[in-house]
Amino acid sequence: MKLLRKFLDKIKPSFEKGGRLSKFHSTFEGFESFLFVPDTVTRQACHIRDSMDMKRTMSVVVLALVPCLLFGMWNVGFQHFRSTGEEQALLATFWFGFLKVLPILLVSYIVGLGIEFAFAQVRGHEINEGFLVTGMIIPLIMPVEVPLWMVALATAFAVIIGKEIFGGTGMNIWNPALLARAFVFFSYPTHISGDKVWVADGYSGATPLSDAAAGLIQKLPSACDMFFGFIPGSIGETSKLAILLGAALLIFTGIASWKIMFSGVAGTLGMAYLLNAVGGSPYMEMEPYYHLLMGGLAFGLVFMATDPVSSAQTETGKWIYGFMIGALVVVIRVFNPAYPEGAMLVILLMNTFAPLIDHYVVEANIRRRTNRGRKLSKK
Amino acid sequence: MSEKEPLFSAKNLKLFTDPFNAGNPITVLVLGICSALAVTVKLQPAIVMGLSVTVVTGFSSFIISLLRNTIPNRIRIIVQLVVVAALVILVDQLLKAYVYEVSKQLSVFVGLIITNCIIMGRIEAFALGNKPFPSLIDGFGNGAGYGMILVIVAFFRELLGSGSLFGIRIVPESFYVSAGGFYENNGMMVLPPAALILLGVIIWVHRSVNNKLLEK
Repeated sequence: MKLLRKFLDKIKPSFEKGGRLSKFHSTFEGFESFLFVPDTVTRQACHIRDSMDMKRTMSVVVLALVPCLLFGMWNVGFQHFRSTGEEQALLATFWFGFLKVLPILLVSYIVGLGIEFAFAQVRGHEINEGFLVTGMIIPLIMPVEVPLWMVALATAFAVIIGKEIFGGTGMNIWNPALLARAFVFFSYPTHISGDKVWVADGYSGATPLSDAAAGLIQKLPSACDMFFGFIPGSIGETSKLAILLGAALLIFTGIASWKIMFSGVAGTLGMAYLLNAVGGSPYMEMEPYYHLLMGGLAFGLVFMATDPVSSAQTETGKWIYGFMIGALVVVIRVFNPAYPEGAMLVILLMNTFAPLIDHYVVEANIRRRTNRGRKLSKK
Repeated sequence: MSEKEPLFSAKNLKLFTDPFNAGNPITVLVLGICSALAVTVKLQPAIVMGLSVTVVTGFSSFIISLLRNTIPNRIRIIVQLVVVAALVILVDQLLKAYVYEVSKQLSVFVGLIITNCIIMGRIEAFALGNKPFPSLIDGFGNGAGYGMILVIVAFFRELLGSGSLFGIRIVPESFYVSAGGFYENNGMMVLPPAALILLGVIIWVHRSVNNKLLEK
């Protein structure tokens, strides 16, 4: 560590203003603050700073994603060996999946960070840590067999069109990771339609979602399997247990809004119970809580709907936003045969509407207070 | 009496060249977007569409400019529409006679040239107040500026979405997954939203090249 610090201190002057490499100041700055906590102190009032800066926020989210990633790697191997009928030890299973998932993760980080660095450099901004989370989520919501060049293209699209043209981290309208998935979804639909997923080389199996959409409710895996995640699906979405672990950390540290998660679950269950009461098709009569266990809804609700940039900002707005996500996902799953999974499109849709929701919440608040003032002045 | 101007004076030339840069109907004025999304899946229809619009814009501006002193102001829109519609029908019949396949691909969008904002915009903004010849040049220039953007968008959409240009295969057959390769066409490029994204990128590039367009 000391060696590293010494090295950084040695090369630092050449990156400062007037230095030989001053053009690359933001790249250097980015690496330095990635390795060490910045030691800059405030020069003017006010001096109170929260220790919860962007870097720490992002690190906590990455930490919360780790259970999903590890389980996802294991599950890739598990699904593979189950379909080939081989018995394998835990470590061998994990290793198989690790080798499959690692390239996707690397491509996502290298491409995304490369573009982030380039933009920050050109614009003279500081590089910020926003992409660390996005780059981790992108592999988790991709199917395992997705070609690496598609991951690279999707990441580039998400970072440039989804984030940089709006002004970078904190300015985006949509969740960049979901945009990457949407790009693959619309560009190369054969890879990621949500009804079939790779389980072993040259063989793909139906996901619980497509079984349910086809009305084969009895074919669904047991609720227990779906909860622990022994089912085929995108890499990080299968285990609800791992997601819950992440959610617990996010809620405990106060980074993600529990209101969005809670109202999302409420929306899902509410809509599912409503359809259950109406009945009519096997999918509608399915156990309502199954919706929470299938597909990417749980992952989306915990890690992507709660994105502090693209979600609703007002507290009332968060309730509405979360509830709409949950309810609409069920509607799309049950009534739209073209899209077995609706979580991605619904979250993007509600991202679009989040500013509108906020606007009306603020307006309503203003109206309420004006009326209250009027009443008081009349008295 | 002003001096007689030469036919291709610098001023007239500027009328023609301006729509290619600072006065581009699509990227600067943001007119005629709908057809730009609809006909740019392939290069050939995009070029035909660009030419058709150029012809209609040019001649309708010319004719309206000839009539500009006799058109009663209150019914001028109807007169303009009659002229434009007549020209569009001519173009439509010509396309059907000589390039039937493309005309079928363009389908309703040839007829919809009538409602293209660029044409009415040039007539209202320019032809009604200027002499016939500058109006003709102005119309041609704007039509061509529109066509240019169409061709750029269609180039990328056909290349990335179908792997071909003018229907000729550019991406080798052996690259495709079906032939054992790795490549796949980008399905999104065939959908209209891709044209919108591409247009946005073109506007982005245009504005970063031409600093005058940036709002302060």
